[in-house]
Amino acid sequence: MSDRILIYGIGNPGRQDDALGILLVDKLDAWLKENPHVRAETDQNYQLNIEDADRIADFDRVVFVDASVHDIESTLLEKIVPDFRSDFSMHYVEPSFVVGLCHQVFDRKPACYQLHIKAYEFEFMKPLTEGGKKNLEIAFKEILDFLQQAPMV
Amino acid sequence: MGQKITIEPVTRVEGHGKVTIHLDNEGKVTQTRLHIVEFRGFERFVQGRPYWEAPVLVQRLCGICPVSHHLAAAKALDVIVGAGTGDGLTPTGEKMRRLMHYGQIFQSHSLHFFHLASPDLLFGYDADPLKRNVLALALENKDLAVQGVMMRKFGQEIIAATAGKKIHGTGAIPGGINKHLSKEDKERFLHGADPLNIDTMIEWSQAALEFFHDYHDKNKAVIDDFVDFPSSYLSLVGKDGSLDLYHGVLRAKDKDGKIILHDVDYQDYLRYIDEEVRSWSYMKFPYLKDFGKVNGWYSVGPLARLNNADFIDTPLAQAEFEKFRAYSGGRMSHKPMHAHWARLIEILHSAEKIRDLLHDPDLMEGELTTRGEKKMEGVGLIEAPRGTLFHHYKINDRDQIEMCNLIVSTTNNNQPMNNAVNQVAVRMMTGQEEITEPMMNAVEVAIRAYDPCLSCATHALGQMPLEISLFKGETLIDLKRNR
Repeated sequence: MSDRILIYGIGNPGRQDDALGILLVDKLDAWLKENPHVRAETDQNYQLNIEDADRIADFDRVVFVDASVHDIESTLLEKIVPDFRSDFSMHYVEPSFVVGLCHQVFDRKPACYQLHIKAYEFEFMKPLTEGGKKNLEIAFKEILDFLQQAPMV
Repeated sequence: MGQKITIEPVTRVEGHGKVTIHLDNEGKVTQTRLHIVEFRGFERFVQGRPYWEAPVLVQRLCGICPVSHHLAAAKALDVIVGAGTGDGLTPTGEKMRRLMHYGQIFQSHSLHFFHLASPDLLFGYDADPLKRNVLALALENKDLAVQGVMMRKFGQEIIAATAGKKIHGTGAIPGGINKHLSKEDKERFLHGADPLNIDTMIEWSQAALEFFHDYHDKNKAVIDDFVDFPSSYLSLVGKDGSLDLYHGVLRAKDKDGKIILHDVDYQDYLRYIDEEVRSWSYMKFPYLKDFGKVNGWYSVGPLARLNNADFIDTPLAQAEFEKFRAYSGGRMSHKPMHAHWARLIEILHSAEKIRDLLHDPDLMEGELTTRGEKKMEGVGLIEAPRGTLFHHYKINDRDQIEMCNLIVSTTNNNQPMNNAVNQVAVRMMTGQEEITEPMMNAVEVAIRAYDPCLSCATHALGQMPLEISLFKGETLIDLKRNR
């Protein structure tokens, strides 16, 4: 039996490259309709919060996809180490915190990853930057590869 | 030499602010300020956009309470499309919106209590900040942590079922709503597998209140004596004086409980309320015009609503409301930490309202929208989780937004938050040789009682930390804190 996979896009679609995670999931939804033999679920939200610990609990593999302002090339896929410390502001939590909460509260340990997509601009209502568009395509190919790979160790 | 402390950021506060605390050479607190230091001008951003886009556009203001902005904007546009001033919608339109709103209150208050407040209460503000969070709560009281997570999830699912989706919901439109509640959604909210059904949510809401009562009995000083100052209070109330979070008239009471704003129509809010700009903060200071800039400030939010309401129209919450009122001898509560108590009563009230609405056939059938004579201006008010939220729009003859004015809940609480910071700083820091981490935490705890969203308040987007600075004369000591 294949493992249960969740691809979870994070971001604000009204803020230029901040939409990258959401747009990747939209693109993947369309692709999954054309390729029903590939089994994966998707979700998306502005930001993560505590209830996402329950959302990921029943999956074997989870990828959080988010725009990144860090110094990366185009994309970076990395395994998430659960974070059991407080590392959040008032109404937002990091993927590592969600994973830690899932372990702590629900005793479930899905293999979780974060796909960072390099982002450049975050203005209101503007389209993706050219760099953002290019990186979205690269990220999409990475997600398709991920869906067809055995679990990373 | 003087001293300045900077705490950066105030953990678990959305938005960017800065608290400065000035001490003189004798260690006496001489000045405290909560500054807001970033501004991106959202009100200007919506100018020129077609008015019907506003309920979706304004959700970009904040990823924390987008539903409140969505509904406040829709209420303002109801006026513009001639659908009345808040009570002229079809039964389906109003009830679907109310369901969405109670879902929002339920999830937001649950997040605040379980995720943010209860760790402060359980572990104390002198605990390591890294341990004052819901993960530590899960180790100490796993049931409470699970309840917090699942109550938040239930509220979010109510929102998704009524607004259409979690991001940029489209449910509320000028003049009504764009869908009925599906039979499947109604059934799962009423009779879904535990714990995600309304009966369990009501039971857990009551359990959260029991938890609070037990804590309060054992820790009266934390809840009753931590911070306490007289204030006026502003909120919507129903026309019958009931607690009404979705629609009503504007009421304000003074510190003695005397009504000083007499249940007025909020379309005329500019007649009663103005905002003062102070050079040291981008967050304005609203005040009641009749009482002036110095004395006209007020508080909003759960504590204001329970101080202002005459009764609650759901039985379980009403019983708790009576206990709440009796505790203060029937007088106003001026203790900001009582906002946690008030918030829990509103969670229970929202759960009861959700249950009642789910049994209402109007959600499943009936006209969705109504329209009438078009107007060029409209005001929408709603009691957002953090307090009264004002949206005001004027349009031009090309149906574009020409003017937008927003007064968000956190802005309404600007002066009381400043007062709370001042009182805690004076009480805890005056004359101390060393300013310790617990003292800084205490300042944060006082701010958190208001559940502020500085992102909303500055009309900015994204996370912005808060720093607290302590000055002693000309000397500055930065005690920066990581998020």
